[in-house]
Amino acid sequence: MPELIGKDFTPPDVIAKVTGRAKYAEDFRADGMLFCRLITSPMPHARVLGIDASEALAMEGVVAILTAADVPEIPAPGNPILTNTPHFVGEPVAALAAVDETTAQDAIRKVRLELEPLPFVVDPLESLRPDGPNAREDGNTVVRREGVSEIKWTDADFAAAADGQLPMGEVNNEWSYGDLEAGFRDAAVVLDESFVTAGTSHHSMEPRSAMAYWQNGKCHVFGSSQSQSATLGSLARYIGIEPDDLVFVAEFCGGGFGSKGSAYPVMSIPAHMSRKTGRPVMMRISRAEEYAIGLARAGFQGRIRLGFRDDGRITAADLFIVQENGPNSGFGDLGSAAGAVSIVYTPLAMRFRGIPVLTNTPARGAQRGPGQNQIACAVEPLLDKAAAQLGIDRVAIRRINAPDGDSRYGANRAPVTSAHLREALDMGADRFGWDERLARSGERRGSKVTGVAVGQAFHSAGMSGQDGLVRITPDGKLHIHCGVGNLGTYSYAGVSRAAAEVLGYDWENCVIVRGDSSRNLASSSPQVGSNTTFTMTRAAYVAAIDAVEKLKTIAAMELGGSPEDYDIGGGTGEAVFARANPSRRISYARAAERAIAEGGRFSGYEVPDDLNPVTAASVANLAGTGLIGVARDNLPHTGYVPALAAGFIEIELDVETGAFEIVDYLGVADCGTVVHPQGLAAQVKGGAVMGFGMAALERHVYDRRYGVAGNIGFHQAKPPSYLDVPSHLDWAATDIADPQNPVGAKGVGEPLMGCSAAALLCAISDALGGHYFNRIPVVPDMIVNVLAEQAQSHGPLEVNTQ
Amino acid sequence: MLNDMMTHFDLLQPPDLDTALDLLSRHGADAWPLAGGYDSFDWFKNRGKQPGVVIDLEGIEELRGVRESDPSADGDNGITIGAMTTLAAVEADPIIQSRYPLLAAAAAQVASPQIRNAGTIGGNVCQDTRCWYYRYGMTCYRAGGNTCYAGARGAMNREHAIFGADRCVAVTPSDVAPALVALDADMIVRSARRERVVPAAGFFMPPSVDITRMTVLEPGDLLTAMRIPGRWAGADFHFEKVADRKTWDFAMVSVAAAVREAGGLIEDARIVAGAVQCIPRRMTEVEDLVRGLPRDETTAEMAGALAVRGADPLDYNHFKIPLLRNLVKRAVRG
Repeated sequence: MPELIGKDFTPPDVIAKVTGRAKYAEDFRADGMLFCRLITSPMPHARVLGIDASEALAMEGVVAILTAADVPEIPAPGNPILTNTPHFVGEPVAALAAVDETTAQDAIRKVRLELEPLPFVVDPLESLRPDGPNAREDGNTVVRREGVSEIKWTDADFAAAADGQLPMGEVNNEWSYGDLEAGFRDAAVVLDESFVTAGTSHHSMEPRSAMAYWQNGKCHVFGSSQSQSATLGSLARYIGIEPDDLVFVAEFCGGGFGSKGSAYPVMSIPAHMSRKTGRPVMMRISRAEEYAIGLARAGFQGRIRLGFRDDGRITAADLFIVQENGPNSGFGDLGSAAGAVSIVYTPLAMRFRGIPVLTNTPARGAQRGPGQNQIACAVEPLLDKAAAQLGIDRVAIRRINAPDGDSRYGANRAPVTSAHLREALDMGADRFGWDERLARSGERRGSKVTGVAVGQAFHSAGMSGQDGLVRITPDGKLHIHCGVGNLGTYSYAGVSRAAAEVLGYDWENCVIVRGDSSRNLASSSPQVGSNTTFTMTRAAYVAAIDAVEKLKTIAAMELGGSPEDYDIGGGTGEAVFARANPSRRISYARAAERAIAEGGRFSGYEVPDDLNPVTAASVANLAGTGLIGVARDNLPHTGYVPALAAGFIEIELDVETGAFEIVDYLGVADCGTVVHPQGLAAQVKGGAVMGFGMAALERHVYDRRYGVAGNIGFHQAKPPSYLDVPSHLDWAATDIADPQNPVGAKGVGEPLMGCSAAALLCAISDALGGHYFNRIPVVPDMIVNVLAEQAQSHGPLEVNTQ
Repeated sequence: MLNDMMTHFDLLQPPDLDTALDLLSRHGADAWPLAGGYDSFDWFKNRGKQPGVVIDLEGIEELRGVRESDPSADGDNGITIGAMTTLAAVEADPIIQSRYPLLAAAAAQVASPQIRNAGTIGGNVCQDTRCWYYRYGMTCYRAGGNTCYAGARGAMNREHAIFGADRCVAVTPSDVAPALVALDADMIVRSARRERVVPAAGFFMPPSVDITRMTVLEPGDLLTAMRIPGRWAGADFHFEKVADRKTWDFAMVSVAAAVREAGGLIEDARIVAGAVQCIPRRMTEVEDLVRGLPRDETTAEMAGALAVRGADPLDYNHFKIPLLRNLVKRAVRG
């Protein structure tokens, strides 16, 4: 019976957060610190012809200006640090440092930026037209590792699509499996639907502020990052130094949701400015700036053809996606969307075609369930449409297509570690009272009508090959040197408990060492893609197993016999004991003393050859300070780690105002063994809230004539408020162990958003008696238009509109 | 772009109203009266407005609170609400709750509890429009330029006007204003020289008259109080606001209504819409229509239909027509 895994605990950083003592990037100060502010492009696409800062630099208190010439050039179309060819409004062109922020801002008004406007575009389909504008001078699409190129569709391509249907021209992403046409031939129902999903901002509460200074040849950066160890390499590259010369402090992160997965180019600006001025530099980012430089979820203009057998089984899926990519390399949402279709619905045959199209809107990056959650919003309502046509229950049509452990993922038909979506659906239907609630679907009270629905989503949630590093000191404490970032999920603590569990430690005697790269942390995966719980429990586990082996060996050295004669735990406290005679024991504290005395591999002087460099450097620093458990995770790992989730919802929609109330919500996670129930509950609920925003509130709005953003504040971009969600959100988990994780755990953060978004969309359609919008978000005015039987204001495939 | 960095200004904190009025008169157009600050600081941080002098009204006790009017002095047995009374205080005031729950309901719909705790009723009715082009810093008519960005073809104008556009298509953002108009409130406007009593319906400025301001207030003027007559005390009220979010959001359409019934018929009514025009839209023709009719579905249907007659939507806001029709219907139906 595990002592720690599956139990609630209070993560050690909670008190600092609720008392306000936690120091986020902008809370740091240093003597002589300057403040820098960004000079950003007012145009969506332009060439910088000149920057005249002479008047600004002559002002009292103004110290320096930093331009693209002062910083490393990031190979196009990567996100630049500073650029002379801005590709969206708000893209940083230069930075100016002064003794205070007001002076800096006053001076920026005096910097003369000479810009030559270039053609721009905010709608991918416009760029694909034969004579459409390109977002970059060298093209309008991007292929990974190959760069930017131009693809134009023909007039005939556009003419071939009916009104409201997505045209389908040349693409640069394509794969398929199975016999697609046979699948459609065998289908009782075939749907062919075009859809739009909006680009959305991340809404991290903490903008990407950073502070930096140089000391004794090392650059110290205080930044906002989801990740700790995984941020080092890329940040060092942006600064132009070796990772060994970087000290990175990121104890807390006020939200990233994918936008701060690793280092980002602008994080290096204070470091460059500090190098130029010889003084510490703070760069605070405003909310409006964050909307421009804080990345965004890619939008889709898509089309999907789905064939259903009369029992609801999906025989064929033909998916086509035009991805609004922003102007740079963007993120692989479109491919992930296709992967999600392949595993959530396990179609017997499938084809995917897609093209990312560059636009002069903010650069794109991962956002919680990048691709998977958009496609959940597009496809889940179509399952309901098919279910209605086939006369099948909506849970049943999902069950019959749901994956299991033998299902395969994506183009390569890769195996998966475990999949229990069917169990999640059953558990949810039972707990939610699906049948009773379904009886209320469409029920009308006054102007209110009830909608009931279910939604599902997926994300791949696990990696391997990282390191664990634990250290038992002579005071008996277990120090878990954790390179996991503190992105707000408490996964850093959850995974650390796997090490404590293996060693039979009382959690009170454990110290998580983290948040500052100078504290000798282990290599970690980045805290992205819901992978941490799977990946880093494995790493913690192998380090703890290494420590156990060393403890037993030391016990044998102290008390005689061989290591196999000894064991740990079993109610003996933090001690190693002889199996034959448990009273023959030595404490972990004593073992640590002996390890230090012995040296060698026991206290970190000798380490395995295959450690990641970050870990190897950390162990070298720690050598001789305790019993060191360190190892690379070489445990078997084959296949994708599917995180799956199902959401159940009941809403009440007012047919006179288009407003709705969420009456009840239940999220069910298939995340393997539950590691931290409270933490998981927070993910299920937080994911649900974010999903409600994705489904019914949030979107990019751009004026297509000027390329400027219509929502650059929380009150304009409208993430859900506390009154937009029920005060009680219910949650559950399948709690079925994954066979490829030593504690049975998988990650799950991302699909918990997609399933709630999909469920809400399906519920709105249910309340409207089966009207499908094929678009997110569905905002009240769209509902009002449907109820008034008038056209929507936006064209069927328009993006970035209201 | 909001750059989150104010310019320097002189902050003056007068202890009483006379001093405030004197300061306002002395500094003229360079002075900015500051109430709760939720509109002001947006402008300052954006550097869209850069007043040299900010006159903070926080310390002026006589601008605060709700009191019963003195019939001999005020000519009526209504109430007087100081302009610096917070929206939270308006929402919670027992007299307002019992006699004018319409106003309490409207105040309760403003922004969020945090904002209502500091935001004032005077600031709420005086706030500038929320047209995003104008707030972004575009040099439109309202900002002294010679075009309207929001009204152009293809502009993102979902939140904008369906009535009364005159070059500018911005709408009144206030939730409280339609309620004050429906209650026949008087706005007490003072300057160092004089006191004016302006009916609420005439307090708000249509763009056809002056496109650069939202109210009749001129430099040197201060809205000091709102006087609500006894006429509508205890009437049947209806307030409804539809927005994307249930808190911290501006109305897409709102309707405030006061109805008096006698003998099963509507004796008199006030029906006012917010967020459909630059000023709160009092629908006198709807009021005339329903007067003398029973309060039923048929009357409500007719009222809704009449309420939207003449609406002239932009590219992205024709949803406001059925929405306004339905909200008026609901108000009349009761």
